[in-house]
Amino acid sequence: MDFDALLSCFGSASCVVTQATGGLISGMLLFLVAAGLSLIFGTLKVTNFMHGSLYMLGAYFAYTLYNLSGNYAIAVVGAALGVGAFALVFERVFMSRVYGSDVLLQLLVCYGFILILDDVVKIVWGAEFLAMGMPETFQHPPVMIAGGVLPVFYLFLIGITLVVAAALGFLITKTRIGKIVRAAAVNPTMTSALGINTALVFGGVFALGGMLAGLAGALAVPVRSLVSGMGFSILIESFIVTVIGGMGSVAGALVGALLIGLVRSFGTIGFPLFTDGLMFLFMTIVLIVRPSGLFGKDR
Amino acid sequence: MMRTSSIARDALIAAGALLILAVLPLVFPGKAFSDFVIRMSAFAVFATSLNLLVGYGGMVSFGHGLFYGLGAYSFALLMQKAGTSIPMAFLLTVLISAGVAAVVGAICIRLKEIYFSFLTLAFQMLLYSLIIAWTPVTGGDQGLTGGVPRPEFLGIRLDDPHHLYLFCCAVLIASLFIMYHFVQSPFGYTLRMIRDNPRRAGFLGIQVWRVRLLAFVVAGIFGSIGGLLMSLFVSSAYPDFAYWTISGEGVFMILMGGIGVFLGPLAGAVVLLLLADIVTGLTEYFGLVLGIVILFFALGMRKGLLGFLLDLWKNRRAPAGNAVPGKH
Repeated sequence: MDFDALLSCFGSASCVVTQATGGLISGMLLFLVAAGLSLIFGTLKVTNFMHGSLYMLGAYFAYTLYNLSGNYAIAVVGAALGVGAFALVFERVFMSRVYGSDVLLQLLVCYGFILILDDVVKIVWGAEFLAMGMPETFQHPPVMIAGGVLPVFYLFLIGITLVVAAALGFLITKTRIGKIVRAAAVNPTMTSALGINTALVFGGVFALGGMLAGLAGALAVPVRSLVSGMGFSILIESFIVTVIGGMGSVAGALVGALLIGLVRSFGTIGFPLFTDGLMFLFMTIVLIVRPSGLFGKDR
Repeated sequence: MMRTSSIARDALIAAGALLILAVLPLVFPGKAFSDFVIRMSAFAVFATSLNLLVGYGGMVSFGHGLFYGLGAYSFALLMQKAGTSIPMAFLLTVLISAGVAAVVGAICIRLKEIYFSFLTLAFQMLLYSLIIAWTPVTGGDQGLTGGVPRPEFLGIRLDDPHHLYLFCCAVLIASLFIMYHFVQSPFGYTLRMIRDNPRRAGFLGIQVWRVRLLAFVVAGIFGSIGGLLMSLFVSSAYPDFAYWTISGEGVFMILMGGIGVFLGPLAGAVVLLLLADIVTGLTEYFGLVLGIVILFFALGMRKGLLGFLLDLWKNRRAPAGNAVPGKH
């Protein structure tokens, strides 16, 4: 515990700004992954335990596409679409076969895929850490706020995530597609009796969740290093986010992700040994006080 | 009356199994064999303890490796830093694990299905990150250096490979014996009833959470004994022991061996270790092969190897329909 360091950080505006922006972008990436996880769980009632691997795939796809095309926009869009397509195939061919059976089999199918994808990444991209560096578009001097540094890419990342969050919220709550998805979540049999292809809905939701994870991976490439197995810690964190925010709630995922991002970012200064512990403590308190999460409806 | 005679019979079987394990090194004298059995004993105790939760309790823990890592580190640190005797360190490790299991269990068992799985996993990753971060005590990602001292007790010298072999076999058999009687006890049947219908169990006046918590603690204790055996064998403890893949392997051993058979996890441990030894000799991409095998079992052969064989055997003896020993 290093309260002095934490206090002195809170004493200086530049430290607060730097830590806050760092926490903010971790939170944004986390939100994208957690929102997909939450969406899939809320609709299909299965937990995509390999969601972190989709994030990893997104990062590697973007890395390769950027090196091929030299255009970061192509890399991001391509990675998101590629991972979405992969998620759709995974859902149709493998995951849909274990929907009715117990959690054990769902976990195992995903576990098998985590192992396979981690090794496939090692075979294709190698086992070493990879770094893409900042794309040229964003190589501008950072914005300074009260002596704290805010790189231009951070602004882009925060902006794009907020747009996605708003679009997702709109899609789920205001559109006909959103209505169908919510109906299928509540009562799939009745929904299909009304002439709606629920298999298509489930596949689509899974693909959308995969796209969000792939997008997060692609956006993380300039600020994170790539390694096989990188998806696992974000899976655990995004699960914690969905528990805090409430499964199935986009707003909850956003608030939870920002909270976790900031807790982690300031926690590394104050409690370097117990940063993860802080996150768990937070989650435990939420679970005890509000078992369905801050924004969740009762389970 | 029935119970005492069945305990006596099972004790005889256990003694017989121990005798066979003790004699086996005479048939297979190589170090490879005894090392394999020692590793197998660690994983078999671990996987069987996990099956108390998954198979008998219907609680799919995906963080049982927490106790494996905890057992390994508690024991190794007690031996290395505190210089306790082996029986004392054993006892303390069991107590520590029981305490941690009581706290973690009290938080986790309130949750259903996938929440339970994820929350147990999250707690395991908490231990893992603590081990990685707390370098002065745990050695960080290098693991504990300096070896685990293994002083003599009661004439048993665990630095002698043969003594270690016998000790691990004895712990394996004793743990299996105790766990078997745990699941055959009225308590074990209550646990199964809760798995099948928790609401009805509640209506019958059973305190569901108390039964689940006790099962969680017992499973935690034996899970840590698995880790303890492994730390005795490698004379150290590594962060990998607390990594989530240990839990995944435990769950897979259960599924592969057969979830509905008491000795299924043991069979799963043997098969998975054999597979690991063979595949890692051929390729460095063990995960790829294991992943494909897992998909095969999860999508194809859901009763596991032993369950499959037992079904074959039962069908041949049908229509007598007698309950197969060891089957629920």
